[in-house]
This record gives sequence, structure tokens and C-alpha cells, in this order.
Amino acid sequence: MTNAVKNLTHGRELIAFRIGDQEFCVNIMSVREIRGWTPATPMPHAPSYVLGVINLRGVVLPIVDMSLRLGMKPVEPTVRHVIIVAQVGPKVVGLLVDAVSDILTVTDENMQPTPDVANEAAKAYARGILAIEGRMICLLELEALFPHTESEAA
Amino acid sequence: MDMNEIKEIFFQECEEQLAELESGLLKLNDGDRDPETVNAVFRAVHSIKGGAGAFGLDDLVSFAHVFETTLDCVRSNKLEPTQDVLKVMLKSADVLADLTNAARDGGSVDEARSRTLIRELEALAHGEVPAAAEAPAPKPVAAAPAPVVVEKPPVNDEGFQPIPFSFGDFDEEGADHYVPTVQVSFKPKKDLYAKGNEAVLLLRDVSRLGEMSVYCDMDALPTLDKMNPEEAYFSWKISVTTEKGEDGVRSVFEFAEWDCDLDIQTIEEDVVSEASGDEELPMQPVPFDLSMLDDGGAAAADEPAIIESDAAAAVAAAETATKVAQVASRAAENKAAAAASAASAAQANQAAAAGQTIRVDLDRVDRLINLVGELVINQAMLSQSVVENDNNGTSSINMGLEELQQLTREIQDSVMAIRAQPVKPVFQRMARTVREIADITGKSVRLITEGENTEVDKTVIDKLAEPLTHMIRNAVDHGLEMPEKREALGKNPEGTVRLTAKHRSGRIVIELADDGAGINREKVRQKAIDNDLIAADANLSDEEIDNLIFHAGFSTADKVSDLSGRGVGMDVVKRSIQALGGRISISSKPGQGSVFTMSLPLTLAVLDGMVVTVAGQTLVVPLTAIVETLQPEASAIHSFGASQRLISIRNSFCPLVDVGKILNFRATQANPIEGVALLVESEGGGQRALMVDAIQGQRQVVIKSLEANYTHVPGIAAATILGDGRVALILDVDAVVAASRGQSLKQDISLAATG
Repeated sequence: MTNAVKNLTHGRELIAFRIGDQEFCVNIMSVREIRGWTPATPMPHAPSYVLGVINLRGVVLPIVDMSLRLGMKPVEPTVRHVIIVAQVGPKVVGLLVDAVSDILTVTDENMQPTPDVANEAAKAYARGILAIEGRMICLLELEALFPHTESEAA
Repeated sequence: MDMNEIKEIFFQECEEQLAELESGLLKLNDGDRDPETVNAVFRAVHSIKGGAGAFGLDDLVSFAHVFETTLDCVRSNKLEPTQDVLKVMLKSADVLADLTNAARDGGSVDEARSRTLIRELEALAHGEVPAAAEAPAPKPVAAAPAPVVVEKPPVNDEGFQPIPFSFGDFDEEGADHYVPTVQVSFKPKKDLYAKGNEAVLLLRDVSRLGEMSVYCDMDALPTLDKMNPEEAYFSWKISVTTEKGEDGVRSVFEFAEWDCDLDIQTIEEDVVSEASGDEELPMQPVPFDLSMLDDGGAAAADEPAIIESDAAAAVAAAETATKVAQVASRAAENKAAAAASAASAAQANQAAAAGQTIRVDLDRVDRLINLVGELVINQAMLSQSVVENDNNGTSSINMGLEELQQLTREIQDSVMAIRAQPVKPVFQRMARTVREIADITGKSVRLITEGENTEVDKTVIDKLAEPLTHMIRNAVDHGLEMPEKREALGKNPEGTVRLTAKHRSGRIVIELADDGAGINREKVRQKAIDNDLIAADANLSDEEIDNLIFHAGFSTADKVSDLSGRGVGMDVVKRSIQALGGRISISSKPGQGSVFTMSLPLTLAVLDGMVVTVAGQTLVVPLTAIVETLQPEASAIHSFGASQRLISIRNSFCPLVDVGKILNFRATQANPIEGVALLVESEGGGQRALMVDAIQGQRQVVIKSLEANYTHVPGIAAATILGDGRVALILDVDAVVAASRGQSLKQDISLAATG
């Protein structure tokens, strides 16, 4: 806990991952675990980016193709793909990405605002971009990607 | 353990006592006159009162006290428990429950109602038998000169009060006013000490009531070498002169009553002298300070003392002959009561030996159930991988695995049994609902419950109460006619509502039948047309009309009453039953009443399913929905319209539904001849043949929520995890059947937004 508090004051820790040739990152506090790809059971009437559900130690976990969700081409999952199990609001979601690349500690100074070129949809979930060692990493807001839907479901 | 925890336990016990109370009263109502039933009822109220007293819940105590008093009249046969009496008592039980709830959760109770009931109860206790011993203690005539013990002596460290004595006033009082002298014979059993009561404390409390004399009988005391230190050997004869009378003395022994032989009677002076004359040891006045006993129980037992006070002789002067007669009859009653209490104590002991229970937090049980569910899945996965990697099938690993499989199945069954509870508490709550509605509507209703010991999972029970209440309200408010009308129709003016629970093929079936007017189909039809539910010229079967009442916004009552008729009735019931994985149907005969039948799964945690393959996917179909499976032949398939197909089964035609198409697993309909048809029966009647590609087998599956991390999927009820560790979806048969009727599975908007 002291670590987390320190992180809050001295900067945040982020997990960076790769999709295609782009790099993204999410707050490490929302990541529960990282695991390998296992075949998912497809869901009827599901949006195309929901690959299906898998069994995560007794919990039914939906798997999202992040590439498709972010508007890129769908991935062909292989054993080398990685699932980031993340907490989004009250729910747990598995994010299918190509690979986890880094763990970063950043402060607000490292953060740059999302440039204007991005379209509205992208701006909704991109919280900013980071320039680290010549790479460009886009910080994603998971809550914006998967908003709460309880009210609609009920 | 802090006070709140103890209080919580008290309230939990209260709930049990209230249930006991109600079932006892209902038994009495049905004509049961077993003294043990009366005792059980009395004990329940008594325990609530006792516990409430300990927590200072005054409202509860005072109401329970009045209730108890009246019950005691019944117990001692002074009051015949007629229907009218029991009606008041049942209402009192309801108020007692309300007061208990109010004490637990805060909130208020209908004070006017409880006051009325208190008056009614008191009237019952007094009105019929004014001289009842349970009536408030005889009031002292005028301002009786305070008895000799007046000044409160200083209390010592242990809280004991030295009792001052005076020998001077023997004959002074009593000549003018009657202060009853109560003779108590008190013989503790060892249970009394085991429960932390102490004779000396009781004696001290008695001494506070008035002047008393105590004689300790030590005859039973064996020699030291034969003495069992935990046994109770002493008995006391106490005679106390008190204005509080017999009741006051009895209340001292209130909590010890069950653990001792107690005989309390009011006596006249001459009776006293006779009684003392009978004693072998004459009483000697010995100045005595009770504080010498305060070394504790051991001291009290080791140094028995002959306690004597001046009170013995300070009795009332002779009274009228009637009084003597009264005393005699009272004595007889008391003996009967003592015998009854002894019997009930014995009974209680038996019950304690018969079934022992522990209280466990529900969360812990749920956790255990979840873990066992995981265990079952893991065991299945393990067996599967062993079988895959094993070439000779007779290895010892295989043998061991089979045993493991049996064990896990047994563990699962036993764990599920922990949560299984009889439906009795819910049914009892319904009894109350019926009473209240009958009162408000002015109808006379009799609720008959059957099969209340049918067990079902706790989660199901908890969710059962609400729809049942709705339905009972409907049955009484809309179903039953007014008494006059019933009489005119030649029916018993008292309407009957019958609530039945039974197990049927792995489900619990709850039936609610009334003998009222039945559904007025014309009215329902007209209402449905008015509300645009059906077309004016729609051709509906009786069954279909009956099912209209499950539509949202439907109510046939002419006026909206407080109870039901707001139009949020049966559709809510239907939805909550469906949410439990259940079905509800109605059958009604005009003039004879309606029967609602609910069929619910026994548990929400596991399900017997048929594992099938559809378009390369594995699905589980709940076994309860399947009527039969068959292999369609080409000659039995008939095309109907553009895309519909029918299958003829024993000369009746049944629509064929391709599950893969409905669930969007494939774009075109599969060839029925290559697959297997599952004949299913959906709620609202009507059979459908579901087409699947193949049947893999039948197994019990652990239900996993899809909603927890995903969202509701139309056509899918839940998910489960199969032996290979993969997730399989459980088909929602009713939704699929509904979709096949043309209402397509509606695409949830939320899907687009959720992961």
C-alpha cells in the first residue's frame, strides 16, 4: 500500500503493450494478471471485437480483441498472444494484445495531451501520449472503452 | 463477543421462536389440543420476553407479557382456545413479529393496533376468568402500611443487602389488611447451577419482595466421599409475605422455572401453621445476614444455613371461606402447571438430543459451495487429461480417479444439502399475508399449506416470498368472492386457499389454488382488447386468455385496492419466477377457482443438462426442458411457408427450430436429417423441436454467471465450465422458443459498449 501511495505522489506505474506496430499502456493498478491465450467460446449476438469467453479459474471471462476494438484489423490469436486481465469498473475483462512490452513509471510531466489529429472516437479513450526513449505510447482509459452498462442491461 | 453480537443471536432466536409460535397457534387453530403444543407456544413467547427484557426492549417485553398472560390462561385450561381467541392470538403473533423487527431494524410499529390487541388479550385473560392467578397481583387494600422491611440497608461490595429483621410486629398487620403469604417449595436441579443461576441469588430476590423465612432441607446431602460436586442436593422451603403475591414470587423464579421443581402457593395462616407443624425441624428465628453467603455457590452449598425470618407468622388473618376454596383450586392448578412444565422440560431435553444444529454464516457456506464447484470442474479436467494420456485404461491412476470422482460428487451433494431449507418459513409468512388481506377485504379465508417441509436451496427460498405474496394477494383479493356471494352460490362462506409444495423430477413445484370465481375470461378478453394487448377479433383459446393476465399492465379488479390491482401483479410474478429459472402456469375453471403452478429449480447453483453440439459449439440444454429427443426422418419434415419447417411427431405437427440459426452461429438452416431434434416444452404450453447437430451426453453442470463480467445474452441463460476447462453456454430454451415465434432475440444495445 505504501508503494501505491508513493506512486501517486511520485508518478504512476503503467503497463505498456504492443498491438501491431503501435504501443499502448494502461494503469498498472487496473491489471489483475497477464496470461497466455487459450481458445475462447464464441458468444452469440456479440459485437465482433468480443472473441468469446474463457474460464479463468472458475470465472467466466470475456475476451476482447483490442486491435479490433481500437479500430485496427482483427488479430489471428496464436499461443504467443497475451491476455491482460484487467478490472474495469465492477467487471473483469480480458484484453487480447500482441505482447506486453514494458512497465513504466511516469509523472505528469511525461504526459502530452492527445493531438488534434485523432478522431473523436479515439480521443474518447486516449488520455494522452507519452514519449519515452523515442517511442510513442498511447495511454488508454479502460473505463471509456468499456463503460458501465448495468442500467442498460436492466 | 460484544453486546451487538449477542443481540443479533437473540434476534435470530426470536425468528425461530416466532415461527414456532405461529405454527403452534395454527395447530391449535386446527383443533390440536395437545398440552405440549400449548406449552411450545407459551415457551416461545416466554423466551422472547425473557431475551427482550435482558436487552431492555420495553415495548417488546410489555406486549409479550400480556400475550404470555393470556397464553397462560390457555395453558392452565382457564381459557378455551376457540377460533375467536386464536384469531386474536395470531394477530398478536404478527404484532410480536413486528415489534421484534422494529427492535432490530428500528422503524415503527402500528401502535394503535398493538394497543387494541393488548386490550383484547387482557380482556381474554380477565373477562372470562376474573380470578385467574395470572391476573395482576391482588392490589393492596388502600395504602398498606409498609411492611417492616422498609429502609434499604447499605449494599455491600458484592451487591448483597443485609436483611434487617424485626421480631416485634408479628401480629400487627394482617388484622386489618390481607397481605398474602406465599409458600414456595424450591428444589433446584443441577441444570440450574449449570446454567449459571444460583439459588442464593434467587433467595435474595425473594427476600426483597417482603418478609420471608427460609428453611433449607439438607436431607439429600450425602457424606463427603459420596458427594458429586456438580449435583444439586439442597431444597428450600420459603414462606414469604408479600404484597406482590404469588405472581411476584413466580416472576423471581421466571428464568429458573424449567430447571427446578417449583411449587408456589398462597396460604392462609392456619395452613402455614399446619405446614410448619408438619416439618420435622421447627423453625427457629435466627438473625441472619444474607451477605454471609456471598462467597459464591460453593460456599452456599458447603455451608447450608437455616434461614429464618420473622415473616412466617406475619400472615393475614382468617379470610372468608370462599378465599380458602380459591386457594385450594389454585393449588391444584399450580400442581398441574408444574407437572406440565416438568413434562415440557423433559421434551425440550429430548429435542436437544435429537437434532443438534449450529449457526453458520451464509457467506461461508457459499464460499464452500463455490470451492466445491471448482473442485468438481478440476476433477473432471484431471480425469479427461489422464484418459487422453493413458494408453492402457486399467492403470491405478484411473482407478483412483474414479474414486475421486465419486467422492467429489458426494461432497457436492452434501454441500448442497447444507443450503437446502424447508419452504416452511415462507409458507408461514403467507399465512400472515392471508390473515391481513382477509381482514382488509372482509373476506373469510382459510389457508391450507401442504408439503411445507419440502426442501429447496436457500437462494430459491429467499426469492420465493415476493412472488408468492403477490399471488396470494391476488388470490384473496381477486379470486375469492365475498362471503355473502359465496353463500348465495352455495359455497362455504369461508374461502380456501391451498398452498402446496412438492418435489417433481428434480424441481420444486408450488401450487396455489383458490376455490373462488375463477378467471372471468370475457372480462380478461375485453380488458386485453381495451389495453391493446390483443386485436379485437383475435381468436384465442381459453388457455391463451388465461395467460393474458401475465401481461404487463393488466389488472381485472374493478377498483384499484390497497392490496393489488395496480397492474403490477402477475407480470412481475412471472418475471421473478423466470429469473429463478422457473415457469408459471395457470389453469382456471369458472366458478370453481384457479390454480397457479410454479415449477422452480431446486438450486440455482447446479443444473442437469444435456450437452449438445451446435455449429461446432458446445451448448448445454437444461434437462428439465427436454421432453424427448429424436432423430428426424426425411419423410417427417414438412416445409411450411417460406422458411418455417414442421416435424410430424406421432401425427401432430411441431415447429422445427434451428438453434444454430437463432443464435447466429450459422447463416443458413442446417439440414434436419443430419441432426438431432430435442422436443422441448416451454412455459405457456406449446412444444417445439430444437435442432442441434449432435448430442454429447448428459451431465450435471455448475452454473456460472455471464452477467458478472459480461452482460445478459439473449437466448443464453448462463455459462458453465466443462471437463476440458472450456466455457460452454447454457441455452435459455424459453427465449429461443419465443424467438422462433417471430419475435427475434433482441439485440442488446449494451453489448456494443461492453467488453
